[in-house]
Amino acid sequence: MLRIPCPFCGDRDEAEFRCGGELPREIPQPGVDDDAWSDYLFNRDNPKGLVHERWCHSFGCNQWFNVVRDTVTHRIHAVYRPGEPRPALDGPCATAAKSGG
Amino acid sequence: MRGYSFASLLGRALRGHRGWPPAWRSADPGKAYDVVVVGAGGHGLATAYYLAKNHGITNVAVLEKGWLGGGNTGRNTQVTRSNYFWPQSAAFFERSLKLYEGLSRELNFNVMLSQRGILTLAHSHHEMEALRRWANAIRINGIDSEVLTPAEIGRLVPLINLDARFPVHGGFIQRRGGISRHDAVAWGYARAASALGVSIVQQCEVTDFNIDNRRVTGVSTTRGSIAADKVCICVAGHTSVLAAKAGFRVPVTSMALQAMVSEPLKPCLDTVVISPVIHMYVSQTDRGEIVVGGGADAYNSYAQRGGIPLLEENLAALIELFPAFSRLRLMRQWAGIVDITPDTTPIMGHTPVRNLYVSGGWGTGGYKAIPAGGETMAHTVANDAPHPLIAEFGLDRFESGALIDEGAASGVAH
Repeated sequence: MLRIPCPFCGDRDEAEFRCGGELPREIPQPGVDDDAWSDYLFNRDNPKGLVHERWCHSFGCNQWFNVVRDTVTHRIHAVYRPGEPRPALDGPCATAAKSGG
Repeated sequence: MRGYSFASLLGRALRGHRGWPPAWRSADPGKAYDVVVVGAGGHGLATAYYLAKNHGITNVAVLEKGWLGGGNTGRNTQVTRSNYFWPQSAAFFERSLKLYEGLSRELNFNVMLSQRGILTLAHSHHEMEALRRWANAIRINGIDSEVLTPAEIGRLVPLINLDARFPVHGGFIQRRGGISRHDAVAWGYARAASALGVSIVQQCEVTDFNIDNRRVTGVSTTRGSIAADKVCICVAGHTSVLAAKAGFRVPVTSMALQAMVSEPLKPCLDTVVISPVIHMYVSQTDRGEIVVGGGADAYNSYAQRGGIPLLEENLAALIELFPAFSRLRLMRQWAGIVDITPDTTPIMGHTPVRNLYVSGGWGTGGYKAIPAGGETMAHTVANDAPHPLIAEFGLDRFESGALIDEGAASGVAH
């Protein structure tokens, strides 16, 4: 059971959220080859460890935000709003907001 | 390999069952092999077996970081079926079911295939329409499938509650579908491969690939470096992790798919029942346990444990359809890490690295594919060219756009 700290509403149960998957890489410029498009559209880092991903508080404020989560422990290391800079990844808990999960 | 037979069983029984030899040989890693298969699950072991049996390549090692069959092969719900929609999937999974039908004899190991029928339910008029189309597509693909009315379902599965919160409007059944014993499939392939000379090495984790000029030359492991002409990755949920070590990315998201079993009961459910919409499938094992599964937790995970919200949803669906199960005690709940692709079709064949092959992206349905997956991957590795049945399952489909969007792959909606 995850407790997800929505940066707009505070701690809520995971059942209120929808995971939008890992943050995509930068969108390719027009004119790049099929390989680059295919990589952008389909390939994922799918890391074992810390992942940067998007969640939506669909049964709350319905806003999207970013989460840094460990895919092995499910511990949430940081949440941040769209447009805010990515927090540094190093260290066991580069915490912008802590989670009990 | 001494064959198992009635005579050998009787002979050993008379001698108090002493002196049975181990079913397969647990080997130490050697210095070099023709082929190294990464992962001693069903797919890895089957690939090794067919390499030895069909292609005469016996200098093969299967490397396993944990223990044989301890990953998804030992964590699935044992469902065997071929009720797929698209012709490419149907041909492949039907081949797999055909191989399952002869597998106990082929491996001289009882895999306990029970073709008890697999029933897929619809809970609305519109879902029934879609299901009828699916059932007809299966028939056009030359595979058995039969639409049933609610009354027929009631006669087939007397315990079911047809007037549930989402009433049963009908369904279809593949009577040749069913379940088999997953540990037996792993051990049967291991035993048969071992007898043909394949080395099965446990507690040997691949930590890196040795790549020279975009061609694989071997692997680094926790038990030393091993040279190999060819390497085949069969690691289910860890496909992305190993691909990253070899320097490429794959279109895979790893998620936790959970399942659970109850205490054993007297026989009461002799069909596999699936409801795609309310996210539940259930069957009863030969030991009497009720096995229940559902959808995957909808976020990336390597945790091998499922989340509570989905567990609750899953059990609510079960109890609504089978009120008699409401007083059952669950014995165990667990999860396997499934590797889900964007079109839910597996990824099989070449990788960007020469002589490195991948069999992955099995998502929530890899168990039923083990025999055909092994057979076609062995062909692909031996000939350095995809087997015709998996020619369209390659990584290149994500560049060409020829995806095979197989909604039936999971059996439940995603």
